[in-house]
Amino acid sequence: MKKSYFSLLVLFIATLASCSNDKKLPIFGEREAKIIKGADGIDRIDTVYQTIPNFSFLNQDSTVLTQDAFKGKIYVADFFFTSCTTICPTMHRNLKTVYDDYKTNPDVMFLSHTIDFKYDKPSVLKKYAEKLGVDVAKWQFVYGSKDQVYPLAEKSYLVAVGEDNQSPDGYMHQGWLILIDKQKRMRGAYDGTKAEQVEQLKKDILILLAEEK
Amino acid sequence: MRKNIILAIFLTVISAIIYACQNASEIELSTYISNGKDIYRANCQNCHGENGEGLGELAPPLTDSVFLEKNKSKLACYIKNGTDQPMVINGKTYQGKMPAFPKLQTIDIAQVTVYITNAFGNKQGMYKYEQVAKDLQECK
Repeated sequence: MKKSYFSLLVLFIATLASCSNDKKLPIFGEREAKIIKGADGIDRIDTVYQTIPNFSFLNQDSTVLTQDAFKGKIYVADFFFTSCTTICPTMHRNLKTVYDDYKTNPDVMFLSHTIDFKYDKPSVLKKYAEKLGVDVAKWQFVYGSKDQVYPLAEKSYLVAVGEDNQSPDGYMHQGWLILIDKQKRMRGAYDGTKAEQVEQLKKDILILLAEEK
Repeated sequence: MRKNIILAIFLTVISAIIYACQNASEIELSTYISNGKDIYRANCQNCHGENGEGLGELAPPLTDSVFLEKNKSKLACYIKNGTDQPMVINGKTYQGKMPAFPKLQTIDIAQVTVYITNAFGNKQGMYKYEQVAKDLQECK
């Protein structure tokens, strides 16, 4: 009798330990199976995940920013515009707390795309970043044409954006904060207007960093 | 003896009336504050924050009691019509643009102003609807 209790306890502890060690984030987006010839000449099935395609935008300093800037790093991406009075201030207030937590970690970056291609030129973004009080080397703000930014948002990051005559600010968009891993795959989406989801993002960044070490 | 009783009743009634009046104005103040809080959440909190802390240099904090007191007659105009005037708040200059809130009625503006000037460490009491209407006419 005693022995069975003991073995149960051991099993229980083992289960707990395995849970905390193996935690991994899901991989979002479409995926397909692909047959790849291994080095030994045998065909193997591999899963190919959806990734963020190459992009080229002007950042707040009017220099070209591509995916090279995020090589070997994980980053959080979002879509906003500087004259937005609805969800953006809350999103960036919350995202800034994440930024503050990971300020000293060189493996974590932030990337905000403006969807206001008419007004948010690099100089406007620069001023915004200064006023928000963040270091632009770590938190980049990028400007692109509508043709560049909108399809990237909707097809790659899966964030709905658009122009909207009905809204007082002229644009509508969702407030997702998207977590991207070192292989450019989507690993999480968090509502930037909700404090508890942003707390989850902070925890998930830790998990992702541990996973990719 | 009878005179004394009448006097006592009279005094009791008077003090009850005064007490009731005070209570009514306190009730009005707390109604303003609680309605104002809802209006604040819906319209102001995005930028100025849950605790009036502001957002970097994009939106100033609402904790500068001296500024609020001094500019009380202008607050209604700032809210209704927006503003892009530079302001010095807690010794720091803010140059952002505040959007207009034309859909807020005079009573809403009165209530939200009372909330702001009695929250976040401010304690400035009542700011009546009638006064707001007057101040709104003076907007530049």
